[in-house]
Amino acid sequence: MSLRFRNSTALLALAAALWGCNREERQTRGKPLGETATAAMPDTVYPGTGNAPAPDPRAAQYEGNASAIAQGQMLYNQMNCVGCHFHGGGGMGVALMDGKWRYGGRIDQIVASIDQGRPNGMPAWRHRLTEQQMWQLAAYVRTLSGQERKDAVSARADEVSNTPPQTQTKREPLMPADSDEQ
Amino acid sequence: MRREGLLALLCLSGCSGAQTAFGGQGAEDANFIQLFTVFMIVCTVMYLLVSAALIVAVWRRRRTAMVVEDCNHQATSGVVRPALIGWTALIAIGLTALTLVGFFTDRSNARNGSHPQLKLTVTANQWWWDVEYDWADVSKSVRTANEIHLPVGIPVEVTLKSNDVIHSFWIPNLAGKQDLIPGRRTDAQLLPRKTGLYRGQCAEFCGTQHAQMALDVTVESKADFEKWYGAQLQTAPVPKTPLQLAGYRYITTRECASCHNISGTSAGGQVAPDLTHFASRRSIAAGTLPMNTGNIYGWVADPQSQKPGNHMPTIGLKADDLHGIVAYLETLK
Amino acid sequence: MKSAAERAKLPPADVPRDGPNLTGEELETKLSTTWSNPPGFVGWLSSVDHKDIGRRYVITALVFLALAGVLAIAMRLQLARPDNDLIGAARYNEIFTMHGTTMMFLFAVPVMQGMQIYLTPLMIGTRSNAFPRLNAFSYWMYLAGGLLLWIAFVLNVGPDVGWFAYPPLSGPQFGVGKRVDIWAQMITFTEVAALAAAVSLTATILKQKAPGMSLARMPIFVWATLVTSLMVIFSMPSVALASGMLLSDRLVGTHFYNPAERGDALLWQHLFWFFGHPEVYIIFLPATGFVSEIVATFSRRSIVMYPIVVMSLVATGILAFGLWVHHMFATGLPRIGYSFYTAASMSVSIPTGLQIFCWIATLWEGRPQLKVPLLYVIGFIFTFVIGGLTGVMIAAVPLDLQLHDTYFIVAHFHYVLIGGAVFPLLGAITYWFPKATGRLMSETLGKIAFWMIFLGFQLAFFPMHIAGIYGMPRRVYTYPAGMGLELPNMLSTLGSLVVSTAVLLFVVNLVISARSGRRAAPNPWGAPSLEWATSCPPPPYNFPHIPLVSSRTPLWDAGEKLPVVHGLRVEDRELVLTTVMSAEPDVREPSPEPSPWPLIGTVATTAMFVCSIFSPWAVLVGVVPVALALTAWFWPKSPRLSGSL
Repeated sequence: MSLRFRNSTALLALAAALWGCNREERQTRGKPLGETATAAMPDTVYPGTGNAPAPDPRAAQYEGNASAIAQGQMLYNQMNCVGCHFHGGGGMGVALMDGKWRYGGRIDQIVASIDQGRPNGMPAWRHRLTEQQMWQLAAYVRTLSGQERKDAVSARADEVSNTPPQTQTKREPLMPADSDEQ
Repeated sequence: MRREGLLALLCLSGCSGAQTAFGGQGAEDANFIQLFTVFMIVCTVMYLLVSAALIVAVWRRRRTAMVVEDCNHQATSGVVRPALIGWTALIAIGLTALTLVGFFTDRSNARNGSHPQLKLTVTANQWWWDVEYDWADVSKSVRTANEIHLPVGIPVEVTLKSNDVIHSFWIPNLAGKQDLIPGRRTDAQLLPRKTGLYRGQCAEFCGTQHAQMALDVTVESKADFEKWYGAQLQTAPVPKTPLQLAGYRYITTRECASCHNISGTSAGGQVAPDLTHFASRRSIAAGTLPMNTGNIYGWVADPQSQKPGNHMPTIGLKADDLHGIVAYLETLK
Repeated sequence: MKSAAERAKLPPADVPRDGPNLTGEELETKLSTTWSNPPGFVGWLSSVDHKDIGRRYVITALVFLALAGVLAIAMRLQLARPDNDLIGAARYNEIFTMHGTTMMFLFAVPVMQGMQIYLTPLMIGTRSNAFPRLNAFSYWMYLAGGLLLWIAFVLNVGPDVGWFAYPPLSGPQFGVGKRVDIWAQMITFTEVAALAAAVSLTATILKQKAPGMSLARMPIFVWATLVTSLMVIFSMPSVALASGMLLSDRLVGTHFYNPAERGDALLWQHLFWFFGHPEVYIIFLPATGFVSEIVATFSRRSIVMYPIVVMSLVATGILAFGLWVHHMFATGLPRIGYSFYTAASMSVSIPTGLQIFCWIATLWEGRPQLKVPLLYVIGFIFTFVIGGLTGVMIAAVPLDLQLHDTYFIVAHFHYVLIGGAVFPLLGAITYWFPKATGRLMSETLGKIAFWMIFLGFQLAFFPMHIAGIYGMPRRVYTYPAGMGLELPNMLSTLGSLVVSTAVLLFVVNLVISARSGRRAAPNPWGAPSLEWATSCPPPPYNFPHIPLVSSRTPLWDAGEKLPVVHGLRVEDRELVLTTVMSAEPDVREPSPEPSPWPLIGTVATTAMFVCSIFSPWAVLVGVVPVALALTAWFWPKSPRLSGSL
């Protein structure tokens, strides 16, 4: 029996799968429940390179989590994010495929943007989506610019798509949106 | 009469069941029962033949000594060859007969839907059914979810579509199943023959909550159907009590409206079941829970504990909001 | 041809060869040295002996059977009561996926191939199989695939989309995470393993039959092996292609199964079932081979109408490729077209019916002895025929549309696969156990286990027919009360507990008998075929002299002493190759030495396959170690071996 473990397949698979434990975790409910949590506060809005607040600890359970990203992908279509942002390329709304973030590219900062809405047309989704859904959406949005680990994202949706598969998207360096204008 | 006697014998307990292929309340299912009976008889006869031959073969020389009869171990008696020919002929004739009976039954089933008088479209989603009654005049169309009502004796054509993965549309009491495949249009023909309350269920594995994707089917008289249909054409009633009003406000302005539609209100979400006549249905969440006040509370408060993995999020409602929502939902008859 | 025969008999005198002058103990010592594994653990890993590999295959497959059996019990406990909450939806989906996948890919096919690898060279009278290193590679690949799947499952990355993995559910959008990739890559492993074993078996059977064993004199089990190996070669590429396209959809976003980009979700079903249906016969036909051997031995006469049995095998093998659409009757393909597949599905029961006739006729004409292996055969016929007849029912479209994807189907294929393949397998293990271990299994324990398995099986699976007709779909983790499903499900659960106890008893019997069973003579059952001509267990070289065959039942016809041919080298591994049809001696062929390279090659291939789940670049980079391992594997032998022919 000990022979089976000599096989280095075992080790490889082990490494691959240990990696997976977190990635494949399915949370059917957001933790903590919405009633007890406060959403990101308005002071998280800081154009440019202002001081970012401390990261929200809830990020860990959504970042790189395959099922959260998949839910986010579904919501992205259902809530018609496509209508303005398209599949990340941007149109009426800003592009989400590049690394430029006016209001911060961290997951909790994106949640804040979804939650509160932003000038020039981005609606506030507070009370239209649950917090968990906003986190899931934010996790998905980050995959568009390659910010999430590649083994947790879906290569494509079952739809007509004109973007390269997200499993192959290059990770864009995060930078404030106006940086290249300076 | 004799057939019904046999049927009673075949289904000892579940005949009155709302979800059984031995129901026979639809034309196709009645054909199924007939054909099944024919196959059953032929197969039983064949099985008894094989079993009898096997038992006799083992039994007849059981006590004789075990010696390989040297050069004799290949000799076969004269009956084997004619028996083989007879057996082959029996199988071939039997199979040909069964194939033909099956073929003509299938043709007869295909004729059920040749002149549909009612058309509806069923779109499957993970894990609920979106139902639309199609009329050329759009104002007469009705959208509902997780239930269909059918008038008895009227041929119906159901167009089947899927929004996500492959599902299968199956109301065993009425007819066989038909898959709903993304990117394809399939259809099913139903011809209900008896009034009653039936249950359909998704029959193709479609993900986490495949087990809880049922469809309530009501076959009723034409008058009852028209009454129901008339009610479905109405928009949602105006909330009356302050509690209902509070629920109405919550639903139309908060999370609920992002996904659900309630005709006559500003709730216009298109990605979850239509709630306009929610309280008139027999069950909640595609057959997961029977419709009653307690279950509505349970479902709205925490859908993820009732049907884990489904796409309705647990909002974390405050108690007051919950009371209001349930009170309003219960007015949606 | 005569000269070829003479060349085989009259060797040049320069190297030692077996013959009248070199026989008995002296010969056996020399052959042992030549054919044994190198000493030690590395030698164990390097073994290319078909008996080692076959045994490893069978034991590993039985371990997977036990694991998948535990999952089956878990599912039955969950389904024992309506609205039960022992196992949640997501976990249940993983469990039934693992059960089906393990049973089909890691138990049923490999266990049959393992038995074939072990028995075929012995039954056709040769020292080894055709590509021993490929054979070893096949086993290691199979083990790696099985470990990949099960380690993933234990670490909560197990697949959860069913053993059939229909896209779009298994596609990139709905098959979340890496679960499906692991399933699909496991398919690649087992396909490579099965293909390697099948190629090796086919070549062995066609070219290494003992002199005189023409095709018409081959044991029926060998015929079954030949037919299934060819079926593997023709059917497995289809699923390897399908799963490759699925992986590529999931990893690099191709659109093979994406209807929005002119792909097609149904394409998968066609490719999968073009493999999946023959797969059933790949499992079932070896079992009919077991049955034919056991029936002949325990009826004390050769099989009645041998040509009919062989023709039935071949016919089944061919017809099996024309049936796949009957898995897709509910998908809305053109309705008239279904008639063809109905007719084809019905017609496949003709050859099976003929085989059953021949077995019963053999029992009828013989003097059946009710030992445990024959009991399993009788249990097989009683059970399998029910599965066959329900198969006839669901071949008719109007019946299938109601019964498809219900518990009726679950009952049907368990009758076919357990009744039709596992019962004969258990009989075969009992029958060939003395050959592999030198000891007989206990008859008493064997009989108790048989009756428990047989009756427990009926209790577990017959009620499922009724549950299916009462509207219970497959693959549901729960069902509501009040639909008439409580009783059949409770009975099934009880039956499954009986069966699992009985299987445990069978295993206990295996272990006890392997240690302290009655010692077996070379031919304890008085059987007619060549594997019983050598000692129990066989020596590494199988036969001291290669037997010469002149009938279908050589041990019954040869009298006291089996005629043999002489002239194979004893200091090098050498085989005699014969012609395909009539088995005239053709050439002497060297046979490869043990080598660790198949194992190292497997490690390299595994690294490439597993990493390619995560990045397409792994294919490019990963081929380098694979190529290096293959180069070492095929490095030319030392001149001593190849020079002096």
